[in-house]
Amino acid sequence: MSDDHHDHKPTGLGRWLFSTNHKDIGTMYLWFSFIMLFIGGGMAMIIRAELYQPGMQLVDPDFFNQMTTLHGLIMVFGVIMPAFVGFANWLVPMMIGAPDMALPRMNNMSFWILPFAFGTLLSTLFMEGSAPNFGWTFYAPLSTTYGPASTDYFIFGVHLMGISSIMGSINVIVTILNMRAPGMTLMKMPIFVWTWLITAFLLIAVMPVLAGVVTMMLTDRNFGTSFFEAAGGGDPVMFQHVFWFFGHPEVYIMILPSFGIISQIIPTFARKKLFGYSSMVYATASIAILSFIVWAHHMYTVGMPLAGELFFMLATMLIAVPTGVKVFNWTATMWKGSLTFETPMLFSVAFIILFTIGGFSGLMMSITPVDFQYHDTYFIVAHFHYVLVTGALFAIFAGAYYWLPKWTGNMYDETLGKVHFWISLVSVNVLFFPMHFLGLAGMPRRIPDYALQFTDFNQMASIGAFVFGGIQLLFLYIVIKCIRGGEKATDQVWEGAEGLEFEQLPSPAPFHSFTQAPEVK
Amino acid sequence: MGDGMSVLLRTIKAISLMFVSTELFAAAQMDLTPGVTAISQEVYELHTLILWICVIIGAGVFGVIFISIFKHRKSKGAVAANFHDNMTVEVLWTVIPFLILIGMAIPAAKTLIKMESPADDAEVTIKITGYQWKWNYDYMHEGFNYFSNLAQSSKDAVNSDNPKDREGINYLLDVDNRMVIPANKKVRFLMTSNDVIHSWWVPDFAVKKDAIPGYINEAWTIVPKEGVYRGQCAELCGKDHGFMPIVVEVKSEADYAAWVAEKKGVAAAAAAGDSKTWTMDELMAKGKDIYNASCAACHMAEGQGIPAAGFPALKASAIATGPVAAHLDIVINGSKVNPAMAAYGAQMSDADLAAVITYERNAWGNNTGDAVQPADVKAARK
Ligand code: HEC
Ligand code: HEM
Ligand SMILES: [Cu+2]
Ligand SMILES: [Cu+2]
Repeated sequence: MSDDHHDHKPTGLGRWLFSTNHKDIGTMYLWFSFIMLFIGGGMAMIIRAELYQPGMQLVDPDFFNQMTTLHGLIMVFGVIMPAFVGFANWLVPMMIGAPDMALPRMNNMSFWILPFAFGTLLSTLFMEGSAPNFGWTFYAPLSTTYGPASTDYFIFGVHLMGISSIMGSINVIVTILNMRAPGMTLMKMPIFVWTWLITAFLLIAVMPVLAGVVTMMLTDRNFGTSFFEAAGGGDPVMFQHVFWFFGHPEVYIMILPSFGIISQIIPTFARKKLFGYSSMVYATASIAILSFIVWAHHMYTVGMPLAGELFFMLATMLIAVPTGVKVFNWTATMWKGSLTFETPMLFSVAFIILFTIGGFSGLMMSITPVDFQYHDTYFIVAHFHYVLVTGALFAIFAGAYYWLPKWTGNMYDETLGKVHFWISLVSVNVLFFPMHFLGLAGMPRRIPDYALQFTDFNQMASIGAFVFGGIQLLFLYIVIKCIRGGEKATDQVWEGAEGLEFEQLPSPAPFHSFTQAPEVK
Repeated sequence: MGDGMSVLLRTIKAISLMFVSTELFAAAQMDLTPGVTAISQEVYELHTLILWICVIIGAGVFGVIFISIFKHRKSKGAVAANFHDNMTVEVLWTVIPFLILIGMAIPAAKTLIKMESPADDAEVTIKITGYQWKWNYDYMHEGFNYFSNLAQSSKDAVNSDNPKDREGINYLLDVDNRMVIPANKKVRFLMTSNDVIHSWWVPDFAVKKDAIPGYINEAWTIVPKEGVYRGQCAELCGKDHGFMPIVVEVKSEADYAAWVAEKKGVAAAAAAGDSKTWTMDELMAKGKDIYNASCAACHMAEGQGIPAAGFPALKASAIATGPVAAHLDIVINGSKVNPAMAAYGAQMSDADLAAVITYERNAWGNNTGDAVQPADVKAARK
């Protein structure tokens, strides 16, 4: 065991406001994400309630559009990304044997920007006129010439999020490259650290592109430029190219860290080493590189030249290869293991299967001529919820259950954890699976009302949504209960757990860990 | 909608059908439509092929996972093996998927090349312009164009509390003026937009193309079967994106020719309307129709607007009850500050504008008594 004994934690509000401690900042990130999950989730409930039956019952179409827009923005930028940064803060230093993040003050700042960013974004709901209502992809000119006045606040919020993300990624990269304990070579790093290293590079590469596109919007809206305004000689399609040059890597930013989490958990509960460690690293890197040359698969219908459509189709199909390698590796890790199914493992196995279903629909959509039919329908909505909810979010749940005992020193309530898992598993599929059918049958996405033949599956989806949304309150309860007490966790926590955080640190991990670098064999 | 119990039963039924049978679920379509054109058929076959490839790979991978879950449990005494690398399988599961993908890409590319082939040999060309929230169909070689709006029956049913009102009217999938095309002829569509991006989609033709301001996109189709085909706008285009359907009626060559002749007659009559003087009643009647089709989406049927969303009331508004010149100006030239209020001068004839402005000035208690004539509109156009 490590020999840090003095746990001098600052107290009071100052502990959090001025924190430079990676564990406290990690905790704040995770709670922030959790709160946003309920806000964004609440909006999803409004959407699903309106879509429960044909006709407009609860909201008007413009408010409906505000809900879909803010729901998407909050889930992407406010839930999934901050949760992964929270994991990175907590885990990267402990996994590589570093005492803290390399740039602790910047760490504090990158977190504390977020409440302001999302405060700004959410404040648009209370402004005169409409809140942003153009979808999370905010295509011009709907968001520029035709955007509501509050769009400028949205732009400011996105800028803040971007700054926060860039600072966060610089911190992760510097920490990983400079602060590894002696003996922790790159190819010995836990996969979670690898995936985050690659994610951080993706973030640094594309966040400035996002900042650029919103800045062009800002000047189009306020300073008379015409980047995206056809009447002034600009090009609305260029908006989409720039947006998706950010947007496609962004979807991998939201999934690579979950690949990392799953790759930590499966070996533990299979009591067997991760299959194909180095191919996992290479697959992650190839996905990241490929993610820069596939962006226009989101824009097959804008009327690109044939050569462009063919290129983006082939490049996109190619991504399925390294993604497949990952899935096969996880499967091979489980094969002939000695499996047990505690909650983290349950979520991880569900992740593998359901994420793969999302990957399949992705592969189907990569086929350009067929995507003409799928594009902008509920089929897309099904696809990205399979990769993001049963993918990214399930990985976050799995990781939370897996490391909570290390973080708090207490085991969570296993029975409740299993209840959370099973109800989530069933309801999430009742929620999203029928959306495939809706899309294939021709229901466009982002509509507040629909033709009668879509009623049954919409009702099913809505019921699934209410159950899935409701059961997350149980997760909140489980987390709080675990923080407050419970059966004491052992230092290793899980029988098969490996890695510095389990082998060399007590549970709960002390406020300051690895003030002296550990030995890495 | 029925009570909780029947909803529950329907849900259970739907869930069980998902796993048991798709045939029984006759009411709801679950698969892509094969459509009615040669291209849409090919697209459907590609879809089916890739779906089955996914199902088979999925069955294999998930099968292995499930065997592992059941056999390799610690509780069943499984002891972990010690392998964590195997060059052969790793190469295999990189190369085989790659080959499958190539097998997939070839037919996909063939179909794509066909779809994107130029349509210079088309016999009919229709320019489709997206507007917030309606379509304009311009038969370029016939010299007429018209707007296609959501049908009034659907508009009336949207906010109704009685679900029965939405039955039997092709709810949200019906329009006032359909697009009409001839069967068995190559029809070329040129898509563009007057405001934001829309997307014109008819699943049965496998045609979906964005209508983008400043761009002219091209698509084509040859429909062998007469009939009525429905679709919707597929790109978020603002408040009423869900309310701008597409209906295409495919007619025999003779019927199509008759329809074109009739439309040309209507266009000629409209031109004549621009040069006559109308009575107040005529203006009000015509104005009401135009208002409901083109203006009520924002200013609402009773002229009350949606102030919270930035759409002003016209009932008792300064412009609608003030000098006629300002009223003519904003409707003909649009608003200078808010592009949502478009320049209708480019979309409507003098008579239409005269009628709708007269209507706005006299409906809902505005009672100005002004009868605006086409000649007034003509004079106001710059
Ligand atoms: C897409 C929504 C939309 C549609 C459709 C629309 N308008 Fe407007 N209209 C507006 C907006 C927004 C304004 C406010 C413009 C401004 O602030 O300058 C406005 C303003 C007006 C005004 C001035 C009201 C006042 O007193 O300030 C008149 C008159 C008017 N519209 C007439 C029409 C007519 C006639 C039509 C149909 C031919 C129509 N509008 C269709 C959005 C719309
Ligand atoms: C096998 C891997 C994948 C492939 C081949 C793939 C392919 C695609 C394609 C072609 C589209 C565009 C569909 C359309 O709009 O017509 C799309 C949309 C989307 N994908 Fe994926 N995808 C994959 C994995 C992922 C992952 C891992 C994520 C995120 C974790 C993701 C998130 C999204 C999102 C958010 C959208 C919708 C964007 C929008 O229009 O709002 N995808 N995907
Ligand atoms: Cu993508
Ligand atoms: Cu639309």
